[in-house]
Amino acid sequence: MKDLVTGLLAGKVRPLAKAITVVENDRSGKRELLKEIYPRTGNAYLLGITGPPGAGKSTLTDKVISKLRQQGKTVGVIAVDPSSPFSGGAILGDRIRMQQHALDDGVFIRSMATRSHLGGLSKSAVDVMHLMDASGKDVIIIETVGVGQDEVDIVRIAKTTVVVMVPGLGDSVQIAKAGVMEIADVFAVNKADREGADKLFSEIRAMLDMIKDKDKPEIFRTVAVDDVGIDELVQGIFAHGDKVVETGLIQKKIAEKAESELRAYLLDSIMERSTTMTDYDEIVKRVADKQITPMDGVDEIFAGLGMTIKES
Amino acid sequence: MDKKIKVLVAKPGLDGHDRGAKVVSRALRDAGMEVIYTGIRQTPEQIVATAVQEDVDSIGLSCLSGAHNKLFPKVVDLLKAQGAGDVLVFGGGIIPDEDIPGLKAAGVAEIFLPGTSTEDTIAFIKENVTTA
Repeated sequence: MKDLVTGLLAGKVRPLAKAITVVENDRSGKRELLKEIYPRTGNAYLLGITGPPGAGKSTLTDKVISKLRQQGKTVGVIAVDPSSPFSGGAILGDRIRMQQHALDDGVFIRSMATRSHLGGLSKSAVDVMHLMDASGKDVIIIETVGVGQDEVDIVRIAKTTVVVMVPGLGDSVQIAKAGVMEIADVFAVNKADREGADKLFSEIRAMLDMIKDKDKPEIFRTVAVDDVGIDELVQGIFAHGDKVVETGLIQKKIAEKAESELRAYLLDSIMERSTTMTDYDEIVKRVADKQITPMDGVDEIFAGLGMTIKES
Repeated sequence: MDKKIKVLVAKPGLDGHDRGAKVVSRALRDAGMEVIYTGIRQTPEQIVATAVQEDVDSIGLSCLSGAHNKLFPKVVDLLKAQGAGDVLVFGGGIIPDEDIPGLKAAGVAEIFLPGTSTEDTIAFIKENVTTA
């Protein structure tokens, strides 16, 4: 474990890769590892890329990596794809679009399966990000699974969230809905050479015009496969990052991120204790048999854990 | 430990026939494995760099161009050079019977020829990966 930490902090590839595997699979090792590296995190620029399936997130990520490398920045990428709800297996294919960077020492790409975690990310994604951060990557890009409307975990993690949209997915009511459309710090209208792109652009702008905030997300037109509009997009991303720092919003973001990490572990830990330290299965059965309500079941579990419940 | 078996399915060489690689990827997924597929025309260097970053347990190589005698052992050698010699390497494709002993001697654990059931490949991986 000590070698792993030393190698990782020195920016070596294999220790980082092995450490990620520990974080993904091994609870006790993970605790020890994170304790060592957590104080060394917080330096990387965390960039989220999200949007519906097929919007071109991976291709866009590939082109953004190239621009960042031209600027001399090192890049870590976490590419999340869904696990099968039936077999638990996954095909992780985001990387196909990024293989031109496979031999670049300044780029580390890791594919992750959601492992049935909801929210658009894998449960371990945040900790993997910490490892990449501690290994000295300047920018860490997290590409979410293709999201529908409500998978917005990324916003609590990234400094800048790019929402990638494409023409042809729906009408203006879709644009007006809550969720993913609200979390963008920057919009990319990708496949902008296709029919409907101008309409999509103006619909997003019309939606943003209704926001009272002075700081509206910028919208960029991109054709990622042809490397069109990527320079402007990358400038727009960093401009947003600067603004977050200047306005002091960064402090709020850091606090929110810490709270969301803590919450995730808290919920996990409550769940684990409940299933191992109480008559969990028995309580489930009584709820199924309609003997008690789910809320009463929770009270019983908490009582089993020695926690008292105050009526609110 | 809730360790999933991670497999990189890769196509070295210049042929573009990826149906087999995709069928195998899909079968491994359905067997509960996490499969990274990197597409066609990958160099051994790219394949090994990817395998190291992804920390996979196994690599499945598919080659239908006839260059397997050069490309498969190259992958094994590069893995060893990276200190990742414990990764289980297997191959498939249009491979003459007489080439198989040489490939195995070079460190390719198994060769699956056309007609192999995906069940056999799955069983082989499950039996032979070292998920330490």
